Amino acid sequence: MKADPKSVLTGVYYIDGDVAAGWGALAAGCKFIAGYPITPSTEAAEAFARVAPKAGAIFIQMEDELASIAAVLGAAWGGAKAMTITSGPGYSLMMETIGYGAMLETPFVLLNVQRGGPSTGVPTKTGQADMMQSRWGSHGDYEIIAISPDSPQEMFDYTIKAFNLAEKYRCPVMIMADECVGHMTEKVVIPAADEIEIEPRNFYKGSAEEYLPFKPGSDLIPQIAKAGDGLNLFISGLAHNEKGYPVKKDEPRGIYLKRLIDKIQKNKDKIIELKEEETENCEVVVVSYGISSRVAIKGIDMAREKGIKVGNLRLVTVWPFPDEKIRELANRVKAFVVPEINYGQIVFEIERCCDGKANVVLVPHGGAGVHNPQDICDAIELGAQKEKKSEGIIEFKTRLEKLVFEGNWSAKE
Amino acid sequence: METLTTRNTYHPMENLLRMDRLPHIWCPGCGIGIAVTTLAAALDKAQVDLNNVCIVSGIGCTGRVAGYVKLDSFHTTHGRAIPFATGIKLANPNLKVIVFSGDGDLLAIGGNHFIHAARRNIDMVVICVNNFIYAMTGGQVAPTTPLTAYATTSPYGCVEPPFNIPYIADSAGAVYVARWTALHVRRLATSIVEALHKTGFSLIEVISPCAQYYSRINRLGDGIDMMRFYHTNAEIRHGENTKNLDIPFQSNIICGKFVDRERPSYTERYNKWRTQIKGEDNEG
Repeated sequence: MKADPKSVLTGVYYIDGDVAAGWGALAAGCKFIAGYPITPSTEAAEAFARVAPKAGAIFIQMEDELASIAAVLGAAWGGAKAMTITSGPGYSLMMETIGYGAMLETPFVLLNVQRGGPSTGVPTKTGQADMMQSRWGSHGDYEIIAISPDSPQEMFDYTIKAFNLAEKYRCPVMIMADECVGHMTEKVVIPAADEIEIEPRNFYKGSAEEYLPFKPGSDLIPQIAKAGDGLNLFISGLAHNEKGYPVKKDEPRGIYLKRLIDKIQKNKDKIIELKEEETENCEVVVVSYGISSRVAIKGIDMAREKGIKVGNLRLVTVWPFPDEKIRELANRVKAFVVPEINYGQIVFEIERCCDGKANVVLVPHGGAGVHNPQDICDAIELGAQKEKKSEGIIEFKTRLEKLVFEGNWSAKE
Repeated sequence: METLTTRNTYHPMENLLRMDRLPHIWCPGCGIGIAVTTLAAALDKAQVDLNNVCIVSGIGCTGRVAGYVKLDSFHTTHGRAIPFATGIKLANPNLKVIVFSGDGDLLAIGGNHFIHAARRNIDMVVICVNNFIYAMTGGQVAPTTPLTAYATTSPYGCVEPPFNIPYIADSAGAVYVARWTALHVRRLATSIVEALHKTGFSLIEVISPCAQYYSRINRLGDGIDMMRFYHTNAEIRHGENTKNLDIPFQSNIICGKFVDRERPSYTERYNKWRTQIKGEDNEG
């Protein structure tokens, strides 16, 4: 299906990533955004609120993030494509209901413009420390999809993709952006509506008597319905059977979980998007996502100038994690270098997939800024010097850490 | 249009209940079942298209209502029935949305959503079953537990003054506010019908016996004793100022319809505003 021309602001713009995401949501057919203002995500909500009415969409500013995410799920079951927008503390508040969304197999999108944490942290500066929370933040076992854009153009493009994935796989899809990408202003090209592919909601069309809201098709995904279809839906966060009814004592209780996980894990090949460059014959590969992948390009160039063969692997999709790709690379590279704006999150996934076959160098960053490309270059050099034999995660100190912890830092620098 | 009377069944309640989910989990002497039966009677009386009615509950004893009612029904997370219902209503304004939940769910963990939905005047009927206690978890103190009443987490008597629910709803902007006990089934049904025909945020409080916890812990007898108490102590005062509706421990319970007024609902305001924007756009 093509996008609705009323919802597509075709043209060439110079806008920031947040605005691009708001406009991307509209182009994707989003009819409902509920949100609560929080830096640095607010501009996305503002952008949507401004353009929504003309396209027949609603923006409502709720009383808090708990209400925002609940309203988004309600709107999704009312039949609308829906999204919420948040950051840091707001994201934490939404966690319970994200799990509810996963449990109900509700298609919805959540834009998290990550900021420095924990707690109030550094509200106006960047961070990438919610990556594990996006995967494991709600209680219980579930699967989500997370995408990490690295430019305003991608904020537009991947917001549309996020909606399409949410519809296809009936699960929460997180756009794990960060303050840098959200506030970075660049050229964004919005194509004509007929060039934008939209995944329509797969509504059940059969008889009311036969409808089982959680009976999957061959792709493991059930057809969805909405309130008002005359199907007498019962939708509950309790462990439920195919009819949506709570499982009874004599039914196997945990078994529904297997499909919630399988529908993502077994469709991984179709979901995961990676960007690879010169990974064929490299000795070190840099794995990064979001704004760090923009900074990594410079670090990689610097290392290549020194004659090191460096590959670049960018995780556009962070969850589900591309285990197979990392395993395959681990067989032939000496080391992985992982710059991320945290003290180690995705790096542990990489270490797990390496299975002792390659070294892993974390280039940490405490947030409120991005890496110094020189650090990434140094880490690449360190990785290249090591034997292929794995030492696990190799400790790497950034320039800033050396300055501060060796007592040479002064406010001037 | 599908209504209760057009649904072809043998038992009068079969029209509205998911018979394949019975027996329900409520204890003997509980008033929630009465409230559900009354809702069924009201839906019949109101002649609304059942395919356009959806019911949203939170968590707790009353939260289980959604699971037994044969309508589009949603059993949401604790406290979030109202914002979830807000999302449904805004996504499809043609639906009649009923929120059916308990006092703890709607007024404690969900208290903020309650006042904001009333302020926005979201078109929904909120039926709040108030049993003065957290019953599903075994009898803990609630924001509605009367001062001095016992609960497992107020073993020396409740030290906090309770909420006066109709007063909160009234102050926050509800267009329809009523209170009945589980004994007043016909009057409660009439209130639900009236609320279903209102546009805007309606609140109906249903004082309900909790025989297993509230009543047992406070030595008030069983369900029938509680009903007898309502019979003696409920006082109907329509139009009473909602300020005067506090419920002290084992004293008079003032019932009636207290608020019935008109205020533009969220959807009405939004649509008007949207038409204006579109008009301006056309001029440009």
